[in-house]
Amino acid sequence: MLKDVLVVKDLNMHYETLAGNVSAVKNVSFSVQEGESFGLVGESGCGKTSVAMSLLQLQADNAKISSGSIKLDGVEMVGMSESELREVRWDGISIVFQGAMNAWNPVIKVGEQIREAIREHYPNNTKVENTEKIASLFKMVGLDSSIMDRFPHELSGGMKQRAVIALALSCDPKLVIADEPTTALDVVIQDQILKEIKKVQELLGLSLIYISHDIAVIAEMTDQMAVMYAGSIVEIGPTDQIFSNPKHAYTRLLLESTPSVVGEKKKLRSLEGEPPSLIGEEISCSFSPRCPDPSDNCKSGNSEMGLIEVAAGHFADKCCVECG
Amino acid sequence: MKKNVIEVKNLEKYFEVSSGFFSRKKTTVKAVDDITFDIPFGESLGLVGQSGCGKTTTARALCLLDPKTGGEVNFFNNEKSEMESIDDLEGEELKKFRRNIQMIFQDPYESLNPRWTIKDIILEPLNIHNIGDLDEREEAVAEILQTVGLTPPQNYMPRYPHELSGGQRQRVSIARTLIMKPKFVVCDEPTSMLDVSIRISIMDLMLNLAKDLEVSYLYITHDLAVARYMCNRIAVMFNGKIVEIAETEELLNNPVHPYTKRLISSIPVPDPSYDRKVYDINFDELDTLVEKHGSDKPMINIGNEHYVATHDVKGLI
Repeated sequence: MLKDVLVVKDLNMHYETLAGNVSAVKNVSFSVQEGESFGLVGESGCGKTSVAMSLLQLQADNAKISSGSIKLDGVEMVGMSESELREVRWDGISIVFQGAMNAWNPVIKVGEQIREAIREHYPNNTKVENTEKIASLFKMVGLDSSIMDRFPHELSGGMKQRAVIALALSCDPKLVIADEPTTALDVVIQDQILKEIKKVQELLGLSLIYISHDIAVIAEMTDQMAVMYAGSIVEIGPTDQIFSNPKHAYTRLLLESTPSVVGEKKKLRSLEGEPPSLIGEEISCSFSPRCPDPSDNCKSGNSEMGLIEVAAGHFADKCCVECG
Repeated sequence: MKKNVIEVKNLEKYFEVSSGFFSRKKTTVKAVDDITFDIPFGESLGLVGQSGCGKTTTARALCLLDPKTGGEVNFFNNEKSEMESIDDLEGEELKKFRRNIQMIFQDPYESLNPRWTIKDIILEPLNIHNIGDLDEREEAVAEILQTVGLTPPQNYMPRYPHELSGGQRQRVSIARTLIMKPKFVVCDEPTSMLDVSIRISIMDLMLNLAKDLEVSYLYITHDLAVARYMCNRIAVMFNGKIVEIAETEELLNNPVHPYTKRLISSIPVPDPSYDRKVYDINFDELDTLVEKHGSDKPMINIGNEHYVATHDVKGLI
């Protein structure tokens, strides 16, 4: 049996704003095993990035984790002090940020920025050791070691993204979070980066959390996945299981709205309406207003929420499973 | 014989760049080099390629936003019922041409003036071209808002762009474009900034409008899956040249050029059980080949109106 690297249980996070509390993450539970890649998918504003930021506790000042637990290798991270967190960040969990183009400091050489991270966690390493380490990281992600002495503006988008991946790997983390690492890149570069991430993950036996709004990328990259809607996980399970037998209406719509270059040309379905406001009192089924075929129970707001198991390891929202 | 709305022959757009501030030496960047295509009435052509391959430059040259440096562009003139070169257009003629060719931009957050109301934004083209009186213009705005699905129009007219979502803004862009009743619209990645869930509704809207208003699109994208959904034909561009052009399904099922194959093989497939073929090419090698043999011979027809550039040399991979 593989070991759980990360266990998240009933995580709740909200942003305090003048208009009221925005519940961005609601009762989110999932776990990631050793060497496994876990996908988080959903539309903009559904809370994917908020989950990632809560894991590292890098969220904005007005964000509060109100309850729940995040355990990395059995160690509870919620409630850790800032200095304890500094130990965990990059050493335990690292992150490849969205829009890596802007993740670099423009006036410091790329190699130096990676060196800074390594020095913080391994103060006893010599300079030569660190340089070797960076060169080997660059080689792993398909970059020439001479890139170390370049400034970020001298690199193309794809090269910068590769370097960000090298940065994320620099302190040998157990878990890497990739937050839409290919959104700003074109298809060919995206393809190369995805292959690179896969290769590195297999090579180092990393656990990976892959966040994307593109369900096609999730299909290729992950073993387990969760679909998020309005701050909650509405369906979670093995990726092939969810693709072959989606139980939640939102998952089905996501699948039917993604164009593909293979197979028959299909009529795609669009998802009408807007996601609900996350401020204030919530209705029982948050997807009900946009659901193409809600049951009477669901429309009247009497349905019961919560995930139920529909197949081994495959959970979906109770309300939607009952709607059929 | 199908009538063409636009015919592009050997279009070129070269930029001169100086190699340094103090240097007099100039080098030429061939952003668009010798490309040829036609678009028949009511059909859409997808222009597909990686960032920097010259897709947007082509679009801007067609719309006369940046003057081309060579080649011919002929546009169908409604009044004379014949093709007319866009080079010798002047004054009133040029204004009329601009009415018939419009553009939808990529970023709905930057292409709408933040200080104008939606009504003003959509009214602007009517004001510039002096069409109808004030009441008629207002009516036209209300009508077009309804057409693009922003109903009731009275709710949207006094609003500002920041009050709308990304999808709604892109609908406003489309309304502004279509209020001139153009025959030809250049769409520069109109859905790439939008969320998955809204993307399809905008694409469906554009397809329906094309049918109802008989508009032809030149649809620029880097995503072949999107192009497949939107276009009758697809042209694949690489380093300023079109390397392959064919009917959409024909191109996807029987790609010939190595670059087309590479592009198709790089699109993720929304099916975990599908095993995507790995197809890798050396871009530098391909670049040299395209550069060397690019303009020797025209593209050849391999059947089914499927054209391939002749520098497709076997043994490249």
